[in-house]
Amino acid sequence: MVEVRLENLKKYFDKGRVKAVDGIDLTIKDGEFLVLLGPSGCGKTTTLRMISGLELPTDGKIYFGDKDVTYLPPKDRNISMVFQSYAVWPHMKVYDNIAFPLKIKKYPKDEIDKRVKWVAELLQIEELLDRYPAQLSGGQRQRVAVARAIVVEPDVLLMDEPLSNLDAKLRVMMRAEIKKLQTKLKVTTVYVTHDQVEAMTMGDRIAVMKQGKLLQVGPPAEVYLKPNSIFVATFIGAPEMNLLDVTVKEDEKGLILEGESFEIPLPEDFTPLLKDYVNKTVIMGIRPEHLIVEGISEILHVKRRAKIEGVVDFVEALGTDTIVHAKVGEKIIKIKLAGNVNVPIREKIKIIVDLDTMHIFDKQNEKAII
Amino acid sequence: MNDETKYMLKQLAFYTFIFVVVAWIVVPLIVATLYAFAAPKDYYDPNKVIPLHFTAKYVKTILIHLGAWEAIKNSVVVALLTIAISFTLGIPAGYAIAKFIFPAKDTIKLSIVALRMFPIPVMAIPLVILYIRLNLIDTRLGVALAHTAMALPFVVLITSSIFAGVATELEEAGMVFGLTRLGSFLKITLPLALPGLAAAAMFTFVMSWNEVFVASVLTLSHRTLPAQILSIMAGSSGGAAPDYYKFAAAFIMTLPAMLFVFFARKYLITMWGISLK
Amino acid sequence: MKIKSEFLPYLLILPAFAYLMFFVGYPLAQALYLAFTQNGAFSLATVRRAISDYYFWTALKYTLGLAAIIVPTQVILALVLALVMNKSFKGRDLSIYALVIPLTISDVAAGLIWYSMLSPYGFLNKLLMNIGILDNPIYFFGYQFRHMEFLAIVLAELWRATAIVFVIILAGLQMISNEYLEAAEVFGATYWIKLRRIVIPLLKPSIQSALIIRTLFAMQVFGIVWILAGRDIPILAGEGFYQLTEIKDYGVASIYALVIAGLSILLGALYIKFMKAEYLEVKR
Repeated sequence: MVEVRLENLKKYFDKGRVKAVDGIDLTIKDGEFLVLLGPSGCGKTTTLRMISGLELPTDGKIYFGDKDVTYLPPKDRNISMVFQSYAVWPHMKVYDNIAFPLKIKKYPKDEIDKRVKWVAELLQIEELLDRYPAQLSGGQRQRVAVARAIVVEPDVLLMDEPLSNLDAKLRVMMRAEIKKLQTKLKVTTVYVTHDQVEAMTMGDRIAVMKQGKLLQVGPPAEVYLKPNSIFVATFIGAPEMNLLDVTVKEDEKGLILEGESFEIPLPEDFTPLLKDYVNKTVIMGIRPEHLIVEGISEILHVKRRAKIEGVVDFVEALGTDTIVHAKVGEKIIKIKLAGNVNVPIREKIKIIVDLDTMHIFDKQNEKAII
Repeated sequence: MNDETKYMLKQLAFYTFIFVVVAWIVVPLIVATLYAFAAPKDYYDPNKVIPLHFTAKYVKTILIHLGAWEAIKNSVVVALLTIAISFTLGIPAGYAIAKFIFPAKDTIKLSIVALRMFPIPVMAIPLVILYIRLNLIDTRLGVALAHTAMALPFVVLITSSIFAGVATELEEAGMVFGLTRLGSFLKITLPLALPGLAAAAMFTFVMSWNEVFVASVLTLSHRTLPAQILSIMAGSSGGAAPDYYKFAAAFIMTLPAMLFVFFARKYLITMWGISLK
Repeated sequence: MKIKSEFLPYLLILPAFAYLMFFVGYPLAQALYLAFTQNGAFSLATVRRAISDYYFWTALKYTLGLAAIIVPTQVILALVLALVMNKSFKGRDLSIYALVIPLTISDVAAGLIWYSMLSPYGFLNKLLMNIGILDNPIYFFGYQFRHMEFLAIVLAELWRATAIVFVIILAGLQMISNEYLEAAEVFGATYWIKLRRIVIPLLKPSIQSALIIRTLFAMQVFGIVWILAGRDIPILAGEGFYQLTEIKDYGVASIYALVIAGLSILLGALYIKFMKAEYLEVKR
């Protein structure tokens, strides 16, 4: 097991015209489960492939512990990988697929047998060892791919969207299983995904990427509660965070956020943070699950609150939750209420904003102010 | 040796290999073309590896006096007839295999593959008897019918893969919006499949153009080009036309094939499922 | 898909199928009749006449011998070429175009082209003599140089017909998902291990069909031999042709046709039996 350190890692394609990965500094702790999260094309898979050695960086360094592995071929890195398509070789039986990494590393025959049996039991695929991949379901093939990846006890385990080809139900199950397995084996793991739920549930830390750059790295709760930019704020959480343009005004009592059809007076402690933005437009962000509708779901723990008026436009009843679309001025705001709530359409409602869960972003650089 | 020189040497070895491989294919073609037009005194001069004096005399002689021009016309007619017959028969079959699900489909497909493997050229020997009876012996139609037997399995298989590449939904959309099945095929599937079909037609043309055994066995006075050349060059038992005539003949035979490669090179390759950059 | 008539696909296939069955079935029946009857009764006289001929056995020997040398060489050559051309490098497409040119060149033309390379005044001899490697030309042609004629035929066939094997194997190679190879690489495989344990096993179906196609066509080899060696190197198709056009012995010619057909079926069946890719046959 080993710590992985990326220093100013870069990968340019097409003679520098495409900057797939554009200077990443990141340390993945020994035994940590790190999730690289981002939309497609953000460079997360390229980063993973550079850690694996399948891709060589244009610039920068990769260290495993103290060892510089930047230009080492994959075979000299003691890594393993689970591929998106699983890459379970169709011409080998399950047993031979799993035994392949051991055979290459010239393990003795009885040791190979012992380890294959061990890992097959771990992933509950003992029954399948004598089958060809064509005889397996997608989920079973995925288990084989994971088994093959951990059989050698690698220093670093890399996973490239391993669950994206599974159906929804299986995905939820495998999510938990992979996480449990990793906790048990304590192998340093880098997990690439574009699915924020996977990232939130599996990662010890999440690294959010956009256009080849790292935007924020931190534990799931931190990335969720304290996003450092509009991108991170909207990428994590469903439904997406509500964003509203507001102007910062000042009167004798303090600062006010002035929206299209509402005003929110701010307590004193906001003043030092927003004093540079007086008479400027900023972006206010509130997660749908942090909004409350007056009279329907009163929650006492909300200490500092503001009220916004809106009109119910549309209601999505999901069973466990109800999502209310409310029209505030010309904007639609989504409110996520727990349980099955009956909210009549076209009814006027008062929306309560919890000022302590509210985010404010700079309109120019889209970075978080609060 | 440092890494950079190692890399350079590797690159050098790689490109040398590529060069040798390409030269192995191309040099004989260039040599044959040069020699086709070389003056005999240059050809028989042991010091002139590359001829310097040229003449079109032998190419002309073969074309005009030795019947190659007539043979070219026969070859074109035979090849076009082959395309016409094999496509008329092959396109419906290819379409059925691509777009329908029916019992015994795999068996039928497999037997067509097996028939492609059958040595049709050699079966021309017993065919002679039938052709004599049907007055088809020594006719261009007769050769085309036999060439069709050779080309048809290819046409069925390749058109079925071409039609399979055209989404069924496009055709179904046509039917939803009021076309008949035939109309939908003619107005939607066929135009989309046209480039592929054109390539398949060209390949069929080349197959017929190059075939020598059937043509030699089934004709006497209406020979196709390869059959005519073979009879000039080799007689029936290996023969002795002067060398420069052989080269001229080689040139005449290769030229259309080379033009085909030049104009249809992309299709010629992608037809086999190979992707280029 | 809803089909108006369940017979439609059969109706569409029937003409092509019937045509093929006729053009294989009729000549086959005709050949059997010509080979095994005399004056309307069963007779082995024609067979005896054919196999008592020195040329019959020599033709069989040379046809099989040529195939045994040419086909494996072509497969190995094509495999190497396909592996190289599957890399990406400058000039790759042009090189592929060059390699497939022979696909469109007839065996007669290929024979003539290689005659221009190998004849006593041909390119190769003159080149080697002018560089000073040779004092006298190497003679490739003529009955007394039959071994060299054999070599010339092998060279010309390798030149002409490796392209089809190359095309089939390259297409097969491109169908192998890159992730299969990357997975092997991640788990520690070197280039050679990848080639031996992953690439070649996955190419088996392509190699099998290339082998079948080439072997069966090798049984019918004609034009190239006829141009380069005539009957110095007897081959089955050539003897059939000779018997038909010169001797006018339809019976013996039919026997040659039947021998070629029989060999084709036998060898095709052997390949299919012994080169099964087990992983493709398993029940789902």
